[in-house]
Amino acid sequence: MDLWGRRLQERLERTMRRLIPTAAFGLALTFALMAGPAEAGAVFNAVKARGFIQCGVNVGLAGFSAPNARGTWSGLDVDYCRAVAAAMFGDATKVKFVPLSAQQRFSALQSGEVDLLSRNTTWTLTRDTANGFHFAPITFFDGQAFMVAKKSGIKSAAELNGATICAQTGTTTELNLADYFRSHGLSYQPVIVEALAEMNAIFFAGRCDAVTSDASQLASIRAADASNPDDYIILPERISKEPFAPAVRHGDDQWFELVKWTIFATIDAEELGISSKTVTDFLKSSNPSIQRLLGEMPGFGAALGVDEKWAYAVIKQVGNYGEIFDRNVGAGSRLKLERGLNALWTAGGLQYSPPLR
Amino acid sequence: MSQSAKLGAIIRPPPTRSGPLGWVRANLFGSWADALLTLLILWGLAELIPPLVRWALINATFTAADSRLCRLADGACWAFIHEKYRLILFGTYPYDQQWRPLLAVVIITVLFALSCNRRIWARWLIPLWLGGGLLVALLMWGGVFGLDYVENRLWGGLPLTLILAVTGLVVAFPAAVLLALGRRSELPVVRVLCAGYIELIRGVPLVSLLFMAAVMLPLALPSGMTIDKLLRAQIAFILFAAAYLAEVVRGGLQAIPKGQHEAADALGLTYWQKMGAVILPQALAVAIPPIVNTFIAFFKDTSLVIIIGLFDLLSTAKSAIADPAWHGFYRESYLFVAILYWAFCFFMSRYSQWLEQSLKRDHRN
Repeated sequence: MDLWGRRLQERLERTMRRLIPTAAFGLALTFALMAGPAEAGAVFNAVKARGFIQCGVNVGLAGFSAPNARGTWSGLDVDYCRAVAAAMFGDATKVKFVPLSAQQRFSALQSGEVDLLSRNTTWTLTRDTANGFHFAPITFFDGQAFMVAKKSGIKSAAELNGATICAQTGTTTELNLADYFRSHGLSYQPVIVEALAEMNAIFFAGRCDAVTSDASQLASIRAADASNPDDYIILPERISKEPFAPAVRHGDDQWFELVKWTIFATIDAEELGISSKTVTDFLKSSNPSIQRLLGEMPGFGAALGVDEKWAYAVIKQVGNYGEIFDRNVGAGSRLKLERGLNALWTAGGLQYSPPLR
Repeated sequence: MSQSAKLGAIIRPPPTRSGPLGWVRANLFGSWADALLTLLILWGLAELIPPLVRWALINATFTAADSRLCRLADGACWAFIHEKYRLILFGTYPYDQQWRPLLAVVIITVLFALSCNRRIWARWLIPLWLGGGLLVALLMWGGVFGLDYVENRLWGGLPLTLILAVTGLVVAFPAAVLLALGRRSELPVVRVLCAGYIELIRGVPLVSLLFMAAVMLPLALPSGMTIDKLLRAQIAFILFAAAYLAEVVRGGLQAIPKGQHEAADALGLTYWQKMGAVILPQALAVAIPPIVNTFIAFFKDTSLVIIIGLFDLLSTAKSAIADPAWHGFYRESYLFVAILYWAFCFFMSRYSQWLEQSLKRDHRN
């Protein structure tokens, strides 16, 4: 996460929690009363008639959603908005991005201000139920991790026994850290720091053997604050679960299915070795899995209510999962995150698409 | 003649009491405490300024094709600002159309400057601002005269901050005057309503008003109907500013001696004649410093829209540093917007000082 953004968000979230617990309850209640039985396909048809998708994204989070110098949005979350547009309209540019703050994102989805929320949102039970959302497949498995200097030679969190570890005070990060070391029978020396910027300074000055936070944030810290980012590595272990997934509101299964299968299609494409550069060549493939994915064997687009070439458009215009990951947060970006849990299941990760048939 | 020349020679002060040396002695080293304070401040400046100059100028990188060069240098990365200034100033407004928000900013600034001239106040002020506002709206939205239509969803940066603040204040000010008069009215219903409104709005933080506008309001509307996000924020700002300004204006009203009211009544003026011609001109003049204080605070408060995802000047600065290619130059980014905010606030403050002087009426006799 962005260094300052997260601090601000955390503080605001704390304040809000104190300020309006009752209001939040009322809000949930109001929504529950209002939601009612919605017309099937209402969002799907509205989006189709409108001609573009309204997609809620982060105001600015490195690798996930940020405008570049010319005001064009890029990032992993942003690319999934584009992918759904490509599936729906055959044109990845038919999206309007609605930047949302952490506080506003859920009501924006509930009220219909956005059709799709693709904003580094962790999938939890409460958000599924009380907020009335359906989460699409997980596009990024985040989680708390450790970062160490490469020259320390440490390759795994199991080697951190007795290490000094920098963490931020008062966050769940600190609790996860204590739990992890206790449950693994390891000892450590905590260096608990109030401010994120201070924690980074202390770590890069070499006062801690390791620093712990969410992996995406560690990558962001490394890219922004390390004098040479290549000197630091993020260890493969994840000691907490922060799965980011796009969400839609309850009431339109057809829309939910399109979002869901758009994401699966990008994963499936990577598994089949189809990239944006090679997708056209694969049209002539005799492999039935590929023929089904690319619409050469018809029926699947019709089942979703879109063009048969829906997945072809997604792969051609946005890319497969690996390409999206690499250019935004992976090796092709400044964040240089390892695939880790986000690798395909065939490569030891968790990204898995059900059969597209 | 010779007497006066002689006198002149006699009364020339000793060199240690006059000239620059004398000034230094009198003002900086007048006593032991003064001397100590002066030395402390000099030491503080000596500690602060050289590193700052080294960072901001000597070791700074002014041009770089990408951020790698900047990261190698110790100093500020002004190349970052060079790369991102258009995003920070204009947000996600279509890149090739950004002369339009630029022109809008110029128009708003010129309107401010023209309003400084009191001679145009009587007849020209209102048509001038109406015309200017219309022109700004035309430029920002477009859709006519061959300008492409640009939704306000894409507006951002300095024009958004200025539009939020200026529209908020221009609409809130007349409302505030009415509220202040209402609160001091002798009609009980009017008085209770006005006081109730003011206390209600003043009793909640601006953040929660913005949240209500951004989060609660859409849920209360029938599904499918949405009010524009910018408009919702603008209305929240107007409600908020009106309540605060009303109390400032009430302070001014209370500063006017009772004799003024009685004199106006004795002349047989109606309520509105009395207020319009006698009381308000004096009350508003008295209230200039707190009014401008509220204006300045309010101008900066617009940065709170960051929490409802509007791209004001501060949000665009924050977005600029989230670009992975130029990630983490938060010092440069925030310094840049701080200078912009400061320039506008300083202008307002100087203008108010001048206005205060030129409208000075002494009520002490």
